[in-house]
Amino acid sequence: MEKTVNHKAWFLVLPVLVLVAFSAVIPLMTVVNYSVQDTFGQNQFFWAGLEWFRETLESERMWDALGRQLVFSGIILAIEVPLGILVALSMPRKGAWASICLVLMALPLLIPWNVVGTIWQIFGREDIGLLGYTLNALGVDYNYTQGFFAAWTTVIVMDVWHWTSLVALLAYAGLQSIPNAYYQAARIDQASRWAVFRHIELPKMQGVLMIAVLLRFMDSFMIYTEPFVVTGGGPGNATTFLSIDLVKMALGQFDLGPAAAFSLMYFLVILLVSYVFYTVMVNMEKREGK
Amino acid sequence: MADAPALPASRVLPRVNVRAVVMVAYLLFLLLPIYWLVNMSLKTNAEILGSFSLWPRDLTFRNYATILTDPSWYMGYVNSMIYVVMNTAISITVALPAAYAFSRYTFLGDKHLFFWLLTNRMAPPAVFALPFFQLYSSVGLFDTHIAVALAHCLFNVPLAVWILEGFMRGVPREIDETAYIDGYSFPRFFVKIFMPLIASGIGVAAFFCFMFSWVELLLSRTLTSVDAKPIAATMTRTVSASGLDWGVLAAAGVLTIVPGALVIYFVRNYIAKGFALGRV
Repeated sequence: MEKTVNHKAWFLVLPVLVLVAFSAVIPLMTVVNYSVQDTFGQNQFFWAGLEWFRETLESERMWDALGRQLVFSGIILAIEVPLGILVALSMPRKGAWASICLVLMALPLLIPWNVVGTIWQIFGREDIGLLGYTLNALGVDYNYTQGFFAAWTTVIVMDVWHWTSLVALLAYAGLQSIPNAYYQAARIDQASRWAVFRHIELPKMQGVLMIAVLLRFMDSFMIYTEPFVVTGGGPGNATTFLSIDLVKMALGQFDLGPAAAFSLMYFLVILLVSYVFYTVMVNMEKREGK
Repeated sequence: MADAPALPASRVLPRVNVRAVVMVAYLLFLLLPIYWLVNMSLKTNAEILGSFSLWPRDLTFRNYATILTDPSWYMGYVNSMIYVVMNTAISITVALPAAYAFSRYTFLGDKHLFFWLLTNRMAPPAVFALPFFQLYSSVGLFDTHIAVALAHCLFNVPLAVWILEGFMRGVPREIDETAYIDGYSFPRFFVKIFMPLIASGIGVAAFFCFMFSWVELLLSRTLTSVDAKPIAATMTRTVSASGLDWGVLAAAGVLTIVPGALVIYFVRNYIAKGFALGRV
């Protein structure tokens, strides 16, 4: 659609600008402020330059957390995206069953995140949880507060449980937009199921899948509450992801300078990756001629 | 013609309905942990800790009664509802004109502004927790509902703009022009003609604002202490204070699922489109 040039449109955007500036720019500047200063308490600050940034970049703790974070985001994307597509393909297309599936699938998305943590904390306990009890009864040594492997599995399965529906619903929306004529043409051509998926369904889902990957990447990179409730970042530091580490540093130890420097770099990483995704997405929409 | 999409699967794959099997398995996976929570919420603590049973032998509603009669519990729900509704109202109100501007006009810096808005959706709440605390303390809004509502605007306003812009794009420009020729002023056109046209989009955007404000905990916990404490934070406090009361904890968890489930039910037909942010 042709858009007209109208600089007065700024007035329509103004309320959003003011509101977001209040709740984003001011806090962000506070963070910037802390990141270049040091304090001895009593609100006495002095210039520290880039020291905190250097310190953070050299600290093993930050790199370890970043590494764990990348592994975690990579694993959950690798599981949730294919699984979400599979579920979307399996969903009924219309009728009462479609509604029921939609409602049930959306359920985990609307549970407060710490309750998600609580649910899995209970579910996984070896004494009172169905999962933990069953696994231990089967002879599997499963204890998410002590075992490194068990903790990781629990956190990953929990995230898959929590968010796969998001990918599935997005893919489903993409599938719904495919006209029936495409399938009929495929049938006339005697296309195999795989060919239908590869050449009709996947290209049509591409746009929404980009959104899914973007949202899942962003949110998994910021994950805090759920693993914090379940494992508290442990055993040891095994599941201490970036946000957990940051909150420990900022609110727990009150190391404002390093925490602020950490925050800014953390935010920059997310921005960078999201910018790449966003550019790809916009270009894709342009190519589709939308 | 009607069942065309179902055909490819049934032809290539054997008789067993693979789609149904996948679907049932997935739903079971989703519902099992929730079932377990409900199951626990209906047991006494003695039964939870003393024995292991797949369903409550000694059915009790006392856990729910505890929550619904104790103000320190149920006020948590009230607080959460207040700031969620406030946040949804604010987000939609400011996002509507902005989304219209993005969908209809090009203006200086529009693309940069749009991306900048999106970046706020990407900002980790952990980064903002402490600065928010200081900001709202200094303006005297700490521990009020409006503070949480405003803080949640950080990620909900960009999202609402994004969703609404997608829906508005689908409305042909000719409608705007016809309305102007008919002598409608902009505000009147917007409220009387345009908003009804994107009613489903507004519904979806409201749903998402509700959802993300309802599930967020880190910011709402940091910004409140007593008067506006959300239910989710009440849960964490009680767990640590009274030495794990599993039954009540589970019941509180179940009650936090209920509002979400009700909302989903009302918007079920728009959910899929909303998740695609209006882009399908």
